[in-house]
Amino acid sequence: MVESQLRFRNDEPVGDPAITVDNFGEQTNAAAVRIEPGDDARDLLPYLDRLKLVEVNFPAFTDGRGYSAARILREAGYAGELRAVGDVLVDQLFAMRRCGFDSFAPQAPLDPADAEAALTRWADVYQATADGRAAIWKKRHG
Amino acid sequence: MYKYDSYDQAMVDTRVAEFRDQTRRRIAGHLTEDQFKPLRLMNGLYLQLHAYMLRVAIPYGTLNSAQMRVLGDIADKYDRGYGHFTTRQNIQYNWIKLDEAPDILADLASVEMHAIQTSGNCIRNISSDQYAGAAADEIVDPRPYAELLRQWSSFHPEFVTLPRKFKIAVIASDTDRAAMRLHDIGIQIVRNMAGELGCAFYVGGGMGRTPMIAPLIRDFVPLDQLITYSEACLRVYNRYGRRDNKYKARIKILVHEIGKEEYSRQVEAEFAHLLTQGIEPPIAELERIVPFFADPAYDLTAPDAIDRSDPLFALWYDRNCHAHKQPGYSIVTISLKPVGGIPGDAPADQIRLMADLARDFSFDELRVTHAQNIVLPHVRKADLYDVWQQLDAAGLGTANLDGIGDIIACPGLDYCSLANARSIPLAQKISERFAAPEKQAAIGELKLKISGCINACGHHHAGHIGILGVDKKGVENYQLSLGGCEGADTSLGKITGPGFDEDGIVDAVEKSTEVYLSQRKDGERFLDTYRRIGMEPFKEAIYAKEPVNG
Ligand code: SF4
Repeated sequence: MVESQLRFRNDEPVGDPAITVDNFGEQTNAAAVRIEPGDDARDLLPYLDRLKLVEVNFPAFTDGRGYSAARILREAGYAGELRAVGDVLVDQLFAMRRCGFDSFAPQAPLDPADAEAALTRWADVYQATADGRAAIWKKRHG
Repeated sequence: MYKYDSYDQAMVDTRVAEFRDQTRRRIAGHLTEDQFKPLRLMNGLYLQLHAYMLRVAIPYGTLNSAQMRVLGDIADKYDRGYGHFTTRQNIQYNWIKLDEAPDILADLASVEMHAIQTSGNCIRNISSDQYAGAAADEIVDPRPYAELLRQWSSFHPEFVTLPRKFKIAVIASDTDRAAMRLHDIGIQIVRNMAGELGCAFYVGGGMGRTPMIAPLIRDFVPLDQLITYSEACLRVYNRYGRRDNKYKARIKILVHEIGKEEYSRQVEAEFAHLLTQGIEPPIAELERIVPFFADPAYDLTAPDAIDRSDPLFALWYDRNCHAHKQPGYSIVTISLKPVGGIPGDAPADQIRLMADLARDFSFDELRVTHAQNIVLPHVRKADLYDVWQQLDAAGLGTANLDGIGDIIACPGLDYCSLANARSIPLAQKISERFAAPEKQAAIGELKLKISGCINACGHHHAGHIGILGVDKKGVENYQLSLGGCEGADTSLGKITGPGFDEDGIVDAVEKSTEVYLSQRKDGERFLDTYRRIGMEPFKEAIYAKEPVNG
């Protein structure tokens, strides 16, 4: 397991090591899994009940598949910790938050003030995602 | 025209503040160039051969006179006094300093403009029919749908790092003036049997090194599912588009490799799921947007007659004015292709003059066309002579719309770091070769398009005559292709054979036009003749050995 630098949850972090998606299905008691960019997040949907931590790895910040993986899990009702790990940078934090990530373990530590600014800058959003924020169209029309 | 509310304004203002902060962190060294690059690209800032280039979004190509005037002022204040209108209905400035870029974005935000997502691997500025709202043949104005998509696609959190850039066009007439099927997604607003409006989705078109015409993926998506369906198309692409090879990363390759049936099956599955997620704006949001694009208050008594007594005016009228849906009005295209000029370039004074003309004669509206010209969409026919005289006095009266002088050319080796060859000087040479108005008139409609490399920003695949710059052992060389076409009968050009040097390609173009002139039947355009007689006669003429003794 990797330490989160930023965490937006009140529960205790899970101590279990995250295992690969391939191994996860067979290991019937595992509660933590790590998704690589090429994995299909939907393979995890039958096991959401026992999952407490999903790490989504970003080997390079330019590979955006992890954003879809995160949303798919949240849309399916996954409520456990969703952690972005790897090449996670300040300027991607906000989009990741919107896709459902609630903890961040960047391989290079982020400047706390820059991270705070990035996460609080946007008062409103144009899209509805599973993060629960009301989209601008929702505010316009109630 | 659409007007921002306080939400829209706050979004662009926030973006300016964000980019100012990112630029500060880059200059302070907190961001590496690799980290900063996608951020600046998503604000339209490219690093070119000699300086930064800033590309400003002109959503669906529509703008008002105040916005146009600011574009002129930016050219004076931050650039070398001119701007360059592009094939994506945007404007670019080629000589920008990084530390001034946030100030330019702030100037733009003051008139409800921005440079958001004009480059980078994200959903780009939405393009549309340049005659939207004025054309006689459209079923509705496509721009409200484009605006809905603009808001949805701006800062979309899931699609900030797609495999590659993503371009969407929206049209609403059978005549396709936006090269819709050469986009990643082309949407045509249609009516079904019940008379309801909906969207036909074409997915997987594009130019570049593997040009493809987008296949129809779904013939009718109801209007109140437009965003959800688009999101499904994008999600399948974001998850399965190739990321191992940048030349195979566009959605056209995915659709081609798995087949359109399999792609649309995956989209349908994702769509069915997303319909349960409540991501679609209510139809009330579309209803809020539509009235912004209502018809202007036309003069219903405007006379329909044209005084053709000035032959130069009559020539310009015949070439550059298009039928308007409202009797007594015309759609005017201002050619940015004077003989010997740089296609799409306009100095600040011309930009401001066009703004004034829009204010005084066209209900404050202008359009940018993907052929790099400017449109005044609603001009009273009675005002046309006045408008033409003012344009002509400013060097904007060139009468060559859709003719051989109306060349599309990408920036090429004069600016672009990816280029193999120069496009601009070649365009200038060709337009000079065909400068004589009689020569242009005889040739008629002939769309000539030049790209400086295989990325095809000059849309050469879709040119009746297309020219592609290639690198031949370190020397600039040009390939000629014939028979490309955008629109309802979209086709891709075929290469004639071995390439040419700069003078050789100008000769080859001229020979192609000679073949056409000698072979055409009544009423045929260059393209029609080519389609009838095929490549051979052209090849023979172009590659014929000069007789040694006359
Ligand atoms: S076609 Fe090539 S040379 Fe021309 S602008 Fe595009 S990338 Fe540059």
